[in-house]
Amino acid sequence: MSGFHRHRRSKLIIANFTGFEADLLRSLAGQLVELLRNEAAVPRDDVDPFEAMMDFSGPTQAPEDPVLARLFPTAYPSDEEAASEFRRFTEGALRDGKAAAAIAIIDGLEEAGLPPELTEDGLMIDVELDGPTAETWMRSFTDLRLALATRLEIEEGDEAYWHSLPDDDPRAQAHDIYEWVGYLQETLVHALSS
Amino acid sequence: MGNVSAPVEVEPTLTPDEITQTAKPWVTIVWNDPVNLMSYVTYVFQKYFGYSKKKAEKLMMEVHEDGKSVVSAGTREEMERDVQAMHEYGLWATMDKQE
Repeated sequence: MSGFHRHRRSKLIIANFTGFEADLLRSLAGQLVELLRNEAAVPRDDVDPFEAMMDFSGPTQAPEDPVLARLFPTAYPSDEEAASEFRRFTEGALRDGKAAAAIAIIDGLEEAGLPPELTEDGLMIDVELDGPTAETWMRSFTDLRLALATRLEIEEGDEAYWHSLPDDDPRAQAHDIYEWVGYLQETLVHALSS
Repeated sequence: MGNVSAPVEVEPTLTPDEITQTAKPWVTIVWNDPVNLMSYVTYVFQKYFGYSKKKAEKLMMEVHEDGKSVVSAGTREEMERDVQAMHEYGLWATMDKQE
């Protein structure tokens, strides 16, 4: 595991994953896509029922799921009406963009040779990304980390707690994955800045 | 006692600071969260706002240490665009009227 770096001659951003790592990343990205698409737009209750039915533009209330609430924060904390309007006009596009970014990770891994079902031992996946694609991956790594951190209820400065958990604690394992995606993102930011 | 005349409209005299505020009445605020990497937040401020590395790092440190930072100012429409862009990047951003 060495993260991302910029190839000196091709200028592409490259990384090598084991089959297991690539499969894990694909699974995380897949779960995010499912979450983004699953929760139906919250129905509006502030308008005429017929008008509401004819309006597909987007939700007006913060999502109930805490991960989605973090991915789509309330833009106007002290103005409910303006916050609803903002959400109605932005959340749909934001959801689509985040889902498309996660799908770009899945596609990139599969194009690099990750089979639909990982069966082979010792498989290595070499990923080569151009600048814009690398930036899409970097953005989606943020979404994946926000999702994991919200589920784990990670807080500022709680590293000691996580490292004190026994290795076989599923929360410790999930936290290891969170840190691993953080490492990948850190190396990707540096590769893109170089 | 003379006639009571209609109130005179007084041309307000604005200081340069007040004029700037009138032109940029809204701000975008980025809040600290325990997840986003310092390097990533700096990268986003440089890339999206076109800020120098020095300015981007200063704003990032404000977010990190003070819990929030005003990262841009402008019209309401401009700030809605900035907030939406920050949400695209996964940063926790809100907007408010300039204090």
